[in-house]
Amino acid sequence: MIRIISAVCAFISLALPAVAEIDIEEVVSPGGITAWLVSEPSIPMVSIEIGFKGGSLTEPDDKLGSTYLMAGLLEEGAGDLDSVAFRQAAEALASSFSFDSSKENVLTGAQFLKENMDASIDLWKLALTQPSFDDTAFERTKAQVQSIVARRAKTPNEIAGDAFSAVAYAGHPYARTYQGTLKTIGALTQQDMRDAHRRSMTKDRMFIGVVGDITAAELGPVLDHLLGDLPETGPTMPNEITFQAEGGVTVVDFNTPQSVAVWGHQGIAQDDPDFFPAFVMNHIMGGSGFTSRLTSEVREKRGLTYGIYSYLASMDFAQYYGGSVSSSNDSIGEAIEIVKAEWARMAAEGVSAAELDAAKKYMTGNYPLRFDGNAKIAGLLRYSQMDNFPIDYPKKRNGYINAVTQEDIKRVAARLMRADDLHFVVVGKPVGLTSAN
Amino acid sequence: MIAKLAKLITACCLCGTSALALGEVSTFELDNGLEIVVIEDHRAPVVTHMLWYRVGAADEPAGKSGIAHFLEHLLFKGTDDLAPGEFSEIVSANGGSENAFTSFDYTGYFQRVSADRLPLMMKIESDRMQNLNLTEEEVLPERDVIIEERNSRTENNPSALFSEHRSALMYANHPYGTPVIGWMHEIENLTREDALDFYKKYYAPNNAILIVAGDVEPENVLALAQEHYGPRIPSDAITKRVRPQEPPKRAPIHTIFEDPRVGQPYVIREYLSANRKSGDQTEAAALRVFAELLGGSGVTSFLGQKLQLEQKVAINQAAWHSGMSYDRDGFGLYAVPAAGVSLQDLEEALDAALAEFLVQGVDVEHLARIKTQMKAAEIYALDNQSDVARRYGEALTSGLTVQDVQEWPALLAAVTAEDVMQAARTVLNENASVTGWFRAPQETK
Repeated sequence: MIRIISAVCAFISLALPAVAEIDIEEVVSPGGITAWLVSEPSIPMVSIEIGFKGGSLTEPDDKLGSTYLMAGLLEEGAGDLDSVAFRQAAEALASSFSFDSSKENVLTGAQFLKENMDASIDLWKLALTQPSFDDTAFERTKAQVQSIVARRAKTPNEIAGDAFSAVAYAGHPYARTYQGTLKTIGALTQQDMRDAHRRSMTKDRMFIGVVGDITAAELGPVLDHLLGDLPETGPTMPNEITFQAEGGVTVVDFNTPQSVAVWGHQGIAQDDPDFFPAFVMNHIMGGSGFTSRLTSEVREKRGLTYGIYSYLASMDFAQYYGGSVSSSNDSIGEAIEIVKAEWARMAAEGVSAAELDAAKKYMTGNYPLRFDGNAKIAGLLRYSQMDNFPIDYPKKRNGYINAVTQEDIKRVAARLMRADDLHFVVVGKPVGLTSAN
Repeated sequence: MIAKLAKLITACCLCGTSALALGEVSTFELDNGLEIVVIEDHRAPVVTHMLWYRVGAADEPAGKSGIAHFLEHLLFKGTDDLAPGEFSEIVSANGGSENAFTSFDYTGYFQRVSADRLPLMMKIESDRMQNLNLTEEEVLPERDVIIEERNSRTENNPSALFSEHRSALMYANHPYGTPVIGWMHEIENLTREDALDFYKKYYAPNNAILIVAGDVEPENVLALAQEHYGPRIPSDAITKRVRPQEPPKRAPIHTIFEDPRVGQPYVIREYLSANRKSGDQTEAAALRVFAELLGGSGVTSFLGQKLQLEQKVAINQAAWHSGMSYDRDGFGLYAVPAAGVSLQDLEEALDAALAEFLVQGVDVEHLARIKTQMKAAEIYALDNQSDVARRYGEALTSGLTVQDVQEWPALLAAVTAEDVMQAARTVLNENASVTGWFRAPQETK
C-alpha cells in the first residue's frame, strides 16, 4: 500500500490543468443576435445549440403540455414539406435536428457537415419559423405524447418526481408536469400549437452555443438568416417561489418491489456569495462518483442501494437542495434515516480538510474533461449563458472552487442544511413509512 | 459529396503522427498477449483509458449467473496494494471520471483523465488485473448493492422483465438466454470464491485489450503499457470461446406478458440473425441496412410509412440489428398500437407489411439516403472520443479485428438492393423468432 500511496502523492502534487483550454468568442451578428462560438476546424462539421427560456412555465393551466407537443411537431412538417418530406430532406443532407422542451426551456439543436451548411440552415429555419401543425401530424404526435404520459404515470421515478414538484411548489407553474396530462393534451388544438409557437421561441429569451468548422465572420449572417424572423418578445415569466413543503414524508402507494425516494428543502441561488462553498459541500455530501458520504454510508457500507445522490437544484425562479435514492421496500426507511443523519452531521460539523482537498482536486481536475467534443461543448456554451455565467467563467471557475475553505463550508452548511425541514416523497410499498408532516 | 468525404477519411488514416491526426489508429501486442489499440485525438489534453476483458456473462458457469457483473463491482474493492475504495479515490483525486460495464461478451473498465495522468491509471488498472484482495466484509454488502441494482434496472421495470423473459425463450441452449445481471435467485447465492474463481481464470493480459484514446503518441502508450502491463502473467486457462449453440429452430414462439405496471402496450419480435464475423461481415452489413430501411427512422422508414401513416395502426415503430456480438443475436422489430388497435391487429399489420416489403423490394432512393447518412456518421463519430474507443472495444471482444472495424463502413456502402433482399428473406424466418405482447392484465368481464 505504501508504495502506491507515495506514487499517487507524487502525481497529485503536480499542477492539475487549471482552466478549460478552450477559447470562447462572443459573436454579435449584423442583426444583433449574440452567440458564443468555439471555432474548431479539425472535423468538417458544425454543431449549434439554441435554448429559449420559459418552456411550460408560461402555459395557461388548461393548455398544459402545449409547448412540449409543439416542440415535438417542429420536425413534423414545415413550409411546403410534410413530415416525411422534411425528414427525407434532412436525411439526404445527413443533418440531424433536435427539438425538445422541458419545464423551463425549449431547446433545439443541429449537427451538419460543413459542406451542407446552407441547405441545413434553410431546412432548420423552415422548421423553426414555418411549422405546419397539419392535421395528420398533429393527431399522430398527440397520440405519441399521450403514450409517453401514460407510461410516465406507471414509472416509479417519474411518479416520484411529479409528486415532489406538486408538494414543493404547490400553486406555482413549477408544480405542473411539462408534458401535460391526458386531459389537457386531449383538449389541445392546432391553434394552441400556433400560440405556443409564437409564445415560446422569442429573441428576448434566446441563448446560442456554436462549435465546429465555422468562423465568427461566417456565423453572423447564418444567425440572422436562421433566427432573424423570430418574434422579439414573449410572455411574462412567473414569480420566484420558495420551497413550499414542510419537513415530513409523502408516500405514494405503488405496487413495486423497490421504493424510490426523492427529497429536498429550500436551496441556494447561483448568485449567492456562498454558492461555491455549497457547491463543493454538495460534492462531498452526495455528488457524482463513488466517494461521496451518502454513497459511502448507504451503498458501500450497508449495501442498501445501487445509487444515491444529492444535488443543488438551481432553477430560474426557485432553488432547492435535494437528492434521490432507491432501495427495497423493507430498507428504504433505513436509507432515509441515514440521509437525515448525514444532513444533520454536515450542518453540525462541516467537512474535514482531507475531504475538502479531495473534492477540490476532483472538481477542478474533472472540469476540463467536459470540453472534449463539439456537440458537448455547444451544449455547455448554451447552458452557461442560460445560467447567466460570464464568458470567462470556464477560465475562472476552478479559481472559485479552489478559494473555498472549511470555514466557508461550515458557515453555509449551518445555514442551508436543515434535516428536520427535509420533505421526502416515497413511491412504492415502503415498510414502516406513512405520509406525515 | 460522398467522394470528398471518403477521401478525407482515407487522408486521416494515412497521415503520420502529427498533432492534427484525429482518429488515427495504431495497434501493438505485448509479449504476454495484451493487445493495444491507440486512437489519437489531439483536440483536448484528455485521454480515455479502457481495459476490456474477453469475458462476459455468456462465459459464466451454469448456476452462477451474474458472476461476471458481480466481479466487475468487486474490482473496486481493493488489491494487495490498494485499500477498498482507494482505486476510486485516486481517480477522483486526479480529476478523473471512471466506471465499468459488463455485457454478454465483455467486461470493461475505463477512466477519463487529463492526458498526463495516463501512467497512474495504467499503474492502478494493471494492479487490479491480478492482485485483487477481497474480504467477506467487502463482498457481502456489494452483493446487496447488485441486488438493489437488479431491483432498479429490472424488478422495478416491467419492460426489462419482459425483455429477459423473451431472451430466455429465444435462446434455449445458448447463454444469451440468461440476463447479464443474473437471475435474482442466483445473484443471492454468489460468493467470494465464485468471484475469485472467475477472476483467476479470465483476468490476464492474454485475455485483455487495452484501448487508449486521446491526446497521446502511440509509441509513448506502448512504452507505458510495457512498463505497467508487461509484468502481468498470461493465464493458461484461456482457450477459444465456445458456447453451447442453439439447436435448429422448428416453430415460432409467441408469448403474452402482463404486468399491472404497463403504461403502454406494444408488440415486439426478434429473429435469430447473423452477427458480424471476422472477415465475413457482409450478411450483417446487409441486415444493418435492411433494419434501417424497415424501421430505422420513424415515418420515413418502410414500417413507419405502412403502419403509422397509411394504416394508422401504430404510433411508433422501430427495427434494429447491431450484429455486434460474439455469437448470433437478434434482428428486432417493435410497434406501439394506436388507440383502439388490438395487439393482434397490430401484429397482423406488421406481418402484412413485412410480406409487402419482400414483394415490393428496396426503394433505391431511400437506400441512397441511408448510405449518405452512414457515411456522414463516420465523420460525426470522430467527435466523441469515448464512443470511438468503445466501438473498438466491443468489436475486439466480439471476435472482430481492427481491420474488420475499419472495413465496416466500406462494407455498408457496398450493400446493394439485392443483398438487402437476400438477407431479408433469410432472416425473416418465423420459426427462428420470438414474438411478445406486452400489456396490462386484461380485465375480466
